[in-house]
Amino acid sequence: MDRRTSIKWMMAAAAAMQSLQLQAGDAAARDVAPNQAGYGTDPNLVKEWKPGGPWPLTLSDAARLTTAALCDLIIPADALSPSASAVGVVDFIDEWISAPYPNQRADREIVLPGLLWIEAEALKRFGKAFPALAEAQKTAIADDICTTSKPEFTTAAKFFAKFRDLTAGGFYTTPVGMSDIGYRGNVALDRFDGPPLEVLKRAGLA
Amino acid sequence: MSFISSAEADRNTYDVIVVGSGAAGGQTAYTLAMEGVRVLMLEAGRHYEPASETPMMQTNAEAPLRGSGTPDKPFGFWDATIDGGWQVPGEPYTSASSDPARQFYWWRARMLGGRTNHWGRISLRNGPYDFKPHTRDGLGFDWPMDYQDIAPYYDKVEMLIGVYGSNEGLENTPNSSPGVLQPAPKPRVSDLLVQQRARKLGIPVIPFHRAVLTERLDHVRIPKLLHPGNEKAQKILAADMQKRSACIWATPCGRGCSIRANYQSTTVHLPPALDTGNLDIVTDAMVRAVTKRKDGRAEGVIYIDRKTGAEHRVKARVVVLAASALESVRILLNSGVANSSGRVGKYIMDTVGAGFGGQIPLLENLPLHNEDGADFGHMYVPWWLYKEQLAGKLGFARGYHFEFGGGRLMPNMGTAAGLEWLNGGNYGPRFKEDARRYYGSFVYFSGRGEMIPNEDCYAELDPAVKDRFGIPVLRFHWKWSEHETRQAAHVEKTAADIIEAMGGRFGKAPQGGDKAIKQGGIIIHEVGGAIMGTDAKSSVTNSYGQCWDMKNLFITDGATLCSNADKNPTLTIMALAWRASDHMLSLMKRKEL
Repeated sequence: MDRRTSIKWMMAAAAAMQSLQLQAGDAAARDVAPNQAGYGTDPNLVKEWKPGGPWPLTLSDAARLTTAALCDLIIPADALSPSASAVGVVDFIDEWISAPYPNQRADREIVLPGLLWIEAEALKRFGKAFPALAEAQKTAIADDICTTSKPEFTTAAKFFAKFRDLTAGGFYTTPVGMSDIGYRGNVALDRFDGPPLEVLKRAGLA
Repeated sequence: MSFISSAEADRNTYDVIVVGSGAAGGQTAYTLAMEGVRVLMLEAGRHYEPASETPMMQTNAEAPLRGSGTPDKPFGFWDATIDGGWQVPGEPYTSASSDPARQFYWWRARMLGGRTNHWGRISLRNGPYDFKPHTRDGLGFDWPMDYQDIAPYYDKVEMLIGVYGSNEGLENTPNSSPGVLQPAPKPRVSDLLVQQRARKLGIPVIPFHRAVLTERLDHVRIPKLLHPGNEKAQKILAADMQKRSACIWATPCGRGCSIRANYQSTTVHLPPALDTGNLDIVTDAMVRAVTKRKDGRAEGVIYIDRKTGAEHRVKARVVVLAASALESVRILLNSGVANSSGRVGKYIMDTVGAGFGGQIPLLENLPLHNEDGADFGHMYVPWWLYKEQLAGKLGFARGYHFEFGGGRLMPNMGTAAGLEWLNGGNYGPRFKEDARRYYGSFVYFSGRGEMIPNEDCYAELDPAVKDRFGIPVLRFHWKWSEHETRQAAHVEKTAADIIEAMGGRFGKAPQGGDKAIKQGGIIIHEVGGAIMGTDAKSSVTNSYGQCWDMKNLFITDGATLCSNADKNPTLTIMALAWRASDHMLSLMKRKEL
């Protein structure tokens, strides 16, 4: 994020805070075009689909940076797999909140104000954009909103739960995410052997 | 003979017109064409080629929105359904009530093969009780036939399409004849755990029956059994069976199957029927009405070419409606025929749907292995409380079965979502650990139960609303009785009991009461509306689907079912269609048609 973008983004976020209304602003995304069509009732099921194909992506550059930082806080790299943003989850979340369907539009109304809130909170607490925060600063914010236990953060917690579900869904459906979580299927087999003996023993079935 | 235009169809002559290309239309056309009858099939949707259009092996990351369902594709992006769902653009239906509990939702598909392309492939036989429900408990209607009348046709259909399962000899859960079923797939660990723990509650868990090939069909033995004395049919079927592969244990069946390892009309019924040279198919042909000859018999049908809007008329000796139960009802009502009983549109039934799931600590962190199998449904729970029910101990008169599933299936948007009730909500390395820990540790039980036909569930023509072709649409009336709502509550409670017996937990207790039951039509097992019976006063057809009022008009889809056992209706529809087609053949041979 260059300095000019960063300032504009943080000001918009601060304005959203001041009005105490969590509403999507121009700073987070372009509008989804009214009457934007989806992929229709007869989409080609054997062509390659990518985010930005069936409908335009709408997140602003700044909001994509916030998204990436938050995704990677939820799913960071570890010994088994890379971080969420490294495998296209930002593009996926952009596709999701830009989609013309009712469920995704409803999620957009949670995610865009949530991204603004995160930036405003980062500014308020640490005087910096969220992506620029130190790890301990990011977790200080996330710890307040990753559960629903703190009444003063109810709306932000609702956003975080939604954002975590989107991040996890985006990540665990990718090849590295499927491997990480332990999916071993989608392989053509001559025969299906069922569970190995060790599995049955562990479950008390053999 | 093959796929032809409406202009070509207008020029040809046919023995039989079959309206619809799904389970009923496919089976009817197959049986007739194999026996040398010239058939014209009319399909309202577009042509569809599973071999080139099926998304085999694609992952959810390759789909928009990771494959999640949308109004355009309600069962997810990869679902085989084309131009379909509970709403079809330009083809509305209406509801007589605004009460949410009294809605009926009508799923349609507009494609060759209809809903057989995406269905669950669950293939259960009705049992002897299911044909005499009124005799057993005084409710609903007896069928004008017995289990023994249809049993040979269940065998035939199972051999033709390929159904895996086992013969367990349980009450009202019939065995197939020896050599008919394919071997059941090996159970998953979650299946075996359900079986072990449910047994302690007296609940049986046995191999499911689904139309999936666990091994290749015996192309030497089966064609001779299905078409005795008909060498041409045997040869065609033997050749086609060799083109069907066995399951490769990957790719959910709902996408359809390009290698033809499961049943869909487009991969099993239509190819050999077309190979006979006796079947022509016109797609994008939306049938409006059956036309009537001066002598009162059916003359043919009027249909509208979806692409041009032009109206066409075709004629034949026999007309068969196999358009799906309610579409056939709509055609009958718009034709003004076959309704001297006043029962066309009456006694619509769906399956009672309710479900409940939980998380099983014993299934956490098990050694990784491939659990795809033959899609969901390796095992199930058949209804087991017949005696208690008959003794009036349950408070509802008919049974249900459990379809259940668990295991590490292909990740989707729900896979690591909503874990807060288990871990309180976290992020970072702990979240990644939890995602691995809980993945595959959930089981879900879906109750699928029998609904009793009642006077409050029916369809009629809406007096004002028409579809984009100008055809009047159906208006639905719906109301569950307490037999269904109590059954749904029993489903939830029993599922919770099994989950607890597995050492499992659930976030919320069962809701019970009216909240447990899903709305009408949601299970997509709608049947009835032109019920069969013993006389023209109380029913629309005889046991062969032959209309009392119009001897050369047959209905071979689910419209004729006069009860809707908990067993998913598709196998029964196919068996009835084969039986009805045999009857048509004998009447045609005797020049009675």
